[in-house]
Amino acid sequence: MTSTISPQVRMANDIAVQFRHLPVDEAAKAIANHIRMFWDPRMKSELRRLVDEDPTSFDPVALTAAKQV
Amino acid sequence: MGLLKEHDFGTPAKPGPATVTVEIDGVPVTVPEGTSIMRAAAETGTDVPKLCATDSLEAFGSCRLCLVEIDGKKGTPASCTTPVAEGMKVRTQTPKLEKLRQGVMELYISDHPLDCLTCAANGDCELQDMSGVVGLRQVRYGYEGENHLDAPKDTSNPYFDFDASKCIVCSRCVRACGEVQGTFALTIEGRGFDSKVSPGAAELFMDSECVSCGACVQACPTATLQEKSVVDLGMPTRTVLTTCAYCGVGCSFKAELRGDELVRMVPYKDGGANEGHSCVKGRFAFGYATHPDRKLNPMIREKITDEWREVDWETAISYVAEKFRDIQARHGAGSIGGITSSRCTNEEVYVVQKMVRAAFGNNNVDTCARVCHSPTGYGLKQTFGTSAGTQDFRSVAQADVIVVIGANPTDGHPVFASRMKRRLREGAKLIVIDPRRIDLVRSPYIEAEHHLQLAPGTNVAIVNAMAHVVVTEGLVDRSFVADRCEEFDEWAAFIAREENSPEATESITGVPAEQVRAAARLYGGAGNGAIYYGLGVTEHSQGSTMVMGMANLAMATGNIGREGVGVNPLRGQNNVQGSCDMGSFPHELSGYRHVSDDAVREVFEKLWERPILPEPGLRIPNMFDAAVDGTFLGLFVQGEDIAQSDPNTQHVNAALSAMELVVVQDLFLNETAKFAHVFLPGTSFLEKDGTFTNAERRINRVRPVMAPKTGKDEWRVACEIAQAMGYAMNYEHPREIMAEIAAVTPTFAGVSFEKLDKLGSVQWPCNDKAPEGTPTMHVDAFVRGKGRFVQTPFVATRERSTRKYPLILTTGRILSQYNVGAQTRRTANVAWHPEDVLEIHPHDAEVRGIENGDEVTLSSRVGTTTLRALIADRMPVGVVYTTFHHPVTGANVVTTENSDWATNCPEYKVTAVQVGLKHAVDRHDAARDEEPALAD
Ligand code: SF4
Ligand code: SF4
Ligand code: SF4
Ligand code: FES
Repeated sequence: MTSTISPQVRMANDIAVQFRHLPVDEAAKAIANHIRMFWDPRMKSELRRLVDEDPTSFDPVALTAAKQV
Repeated sequence: MGLLKEHDFGTPAKPGPATVTVEIDGVPVTVPEGTSIMRAAAETGTDVPKLCATDSLEAFGSCRLCLVEIDGKKGTPASCTTPVAEGMKVRTQTPKLEKLRQGVMELYISDHPLDCLTCAANGDCELQDMSGVVGLRQVRYGYEGENHLDAPKDTSNPYFDFDASKCIVCSRCVRACGEVQGTFALTIEGRGFDSKVSPGAAELFMDSECVSCGACVQACPTATLQEKSVVDLGMPTRTVLTTCAYCGVGCSFKAELRGDELVRMVPYKDGGANEGHSCVKGRFAFGYATHPDRKLNPMIREKITDEWREVDWETAISYVAEKFRDIQARHGAGSIGGITSSRCTNEEVYVVQKMVRAAFGNNNVDTCARVCHSPTGYGLKQTFGTSAGTQDFRSVAQADVIVVIGANPTDGHPVFASRMKRRLREGAKLIVIDPRRIDLVRSPYIEAEHHLQLAPGTNVAIVNAMAHVVVTEGLVDRSFVADRCEEFDEWAAFIAREENSPEATESITGVPAEQVRAAARLYGGAGNGAIYYGLGVTEHSQGSTMVMGMANLAMATGNIGREGVGVNPLRGQNNVQGSCDMGSFPHELSGYRHVSDDAVREVFEKLWERPILPEPGLRIPNMFDAAVDGTFLGLFVQGEDIAQSDPNTQHVNAALSAMELVVVQDLFLNETAKFAHVFLPGTSFLEKDGTFTNAERRINRVRPVMAPKTGKDEWRVACEIAQAMGYAMNYEHPREIMAEIAAVTPTFAGVSFEKLDKLGSVQWPCNDKAPEGTPTMHVDAFVRGKGRFVQTPFVATRERSTRKYPLILTTGRILSQYNVGAQTRRTANVAWHPEDVLEIHPHDAEVRGIENGDEVTLSSRVGTTTLRALIADRMPVGVVYTTFHHPVTGANVVTTENSDWATNCPEYKVTAVQVGLKHAVDRHDAARDEEPALAD
């Protein structure tokens, strides 16, 4: 059994919870920055696609961040 | 004396400046205080005869062979136990001494079998040597009297024999096992004539506490303890200095050969990491290098269901190059990539990442460190500025409080553990933070002050709680923090919050608050507090957070930047540090510099004459995801068994099966090779020429003991593939690769083969500022300038125990086996670990009706496997443990896709599982789709 949730969403949400202690805009900036520094371009474009296609699967802060990537 | 027989100074060197001047046989010499007369004499070139003394052990003074005369003093004191005194005049050779020594030797020889000419130690026996040295010409006592000549031989250990008839009861072995190894397996039983060496209460070595490190064998002056390989093959005649290829300790060894045949590996006294000590793997388990399973020719097949077809190197390389180019033509430059190996040399790794970045034209390179220490890279970079342990191994000798977190050094890093245990026996205090009661918690002469037996997955809660105590109880090193760090106030405010207190976290970690407070006070109040950690820290969903949490704790208490302190990863594989240093991560070029840095890229682009992409490439788990998605179709895997060692085997298998070209370069047809289209034979460390970098950043030389059995140096393979893909990578010798590494990497600027050959080893940074390397990092300033405090809130892992999967599985390794076991399983080390077992607490076993040795099923939400149960009360209730050394068990069949949030390092250490008595379910291939068997 492999997880059905898209890896990009899972990873973005995993990152987002780690920044929960920060105010939302600061957290979103940190998350977006992390993604920029560590993700391959195709993962970033898939992320952007998922933001449009399936925004509800994202943690709200992750979604804000994903829009900045 | 040459390398084959290193000079033995008789007693260990004493620290400190040489201040005491004495005269030995008329020759003046100045030595540090406390030096023995024997050692002072050895330094003038005079070797006093000796049997019970050797310079790896403290003097014992039992054989009475080393007597000397001192002007103005009565009697003939033993030179090994008598320290020098200013102005002393010593005579080592007088008629009186000669007579005394002959008397002593005569007694020894009268109870020793005189089969010198046929003895395995002939030529390497100190008893034989000493007879010659003291001029023994007759033995008056005859051999008929009571003797030990018929004492039985113990051949139970697979690697060495114990022939008691040859024992002179010098107790060097007993002391080596205690002082050097710290196992205390041997004792001298009985008294006087009846005294004999014995492996504790056990009759045989194999049944004793012995861990087969070989220290006693090395210390034995006679053939009593002797390597079986020497008995079989004869005494070696030449030696090559090299480095162990197993773990991150990076021990230096003398590979001793007879002609072209490797007879034994002997730890090198001047080795920076090990100083003459070894463990069973490096010392004895090298047989895999010549194992018949090894594949020596390249092989190809169109489909993974086809038979392998042997081809020549040229065919294989052009096949790989064409296929890779073809995939890129159809799917874009980013559709292929490579994985470098921590088992390969720096030079071999460097050329593979260069092949990916320059010839493939992307950043899709990752390394097996992804699944072990990538969080170390992230965490230490964020806080200290670079991804490396802060200390050298020697530093532990200055530590007052040692914290071991998520590491089991006696099994994983045995030679370092011996150093640590020595310090603990001297009185340093120990705190162990681990769900399991690892051996270190209670072993001979060692007892941990605190064992915080936390629930798996709660490291961050514990480290925060300790930091909370440090901050709220006034244990912060204010001046260190003010001078050396930044963002402290924000962090301190965060950590002081009630939610981080030991009381609040108790329900999360399961560790009583008082215990956490006591441990934090002990560490926070220590003169020198040192943290050592392993994969029990990194392989978690908050692996990176935990690394930063430990860095915070060390900075807050000022435990950084001098000897005896620090934050130190114990690296798994031998060259994890090196493979990371070499630019194996998709976001970093060599020396941990991000690909988005224009200035850094420019250095490479100029030299390589190729553009480097400014965005990171795919990490290993991303490669698998992309393969399943159909955007990643070609992979070059260097010496790494991802199908066995990576988590969630089914997902990995699906990814590998989806690729058009998988190229595996390895010694054996490993699990990953089952999915490969091309197999390129790799070289063993005995055939390699290059460098490994150990966990203390020490760059050691690996020197070839034999020519490549595959007919090709491994570093040439990546170069030739690149070449065939149209990108020239020409080197004549690995030293040229190191020269290029030095040219592009500031922390390696001063490294060259010539320097390593001259100095033995150096620890990076090694450059103009530190031409001979840097044993301790961050001394006056952090690499990033100021040390940065990072807030580390605890976030529970998604993986929780449930009604269906009520237990938590955590994984690890054991002493005699190594990683996926491809090497150690092909040696006599299987005597200690014939299969992976599942350790389970007696209570958890009982409620499931499981008894010791029962075959059980282990199931998680992703898969099921079977193994044998070992009931062990060192496990906490609710937690089970296994290793992943054997493919047949496939422990990773059950591990999940969860990973560290920052690096995607898999969460090996926490998987919710159920264990049950085995029904009709068989090994994991058959079991994949079965419902897990539930016991209750
Ligand atoms: S091999 Fe090592 S552990 Fe075993 S008895 Fe000898 S010194 Fe002790
Ligand atoms: S076994 Fe070797 S080292 Fe041990 S007491 Fe006998 S002779 Fe000495
Ligand atoms: S401690 Fe590690 S490096 Fe040293 S001999 Fe053992 S396996 Fe090799
Ligand atoms: S070597 Fe000094 S007493 Fe044995």
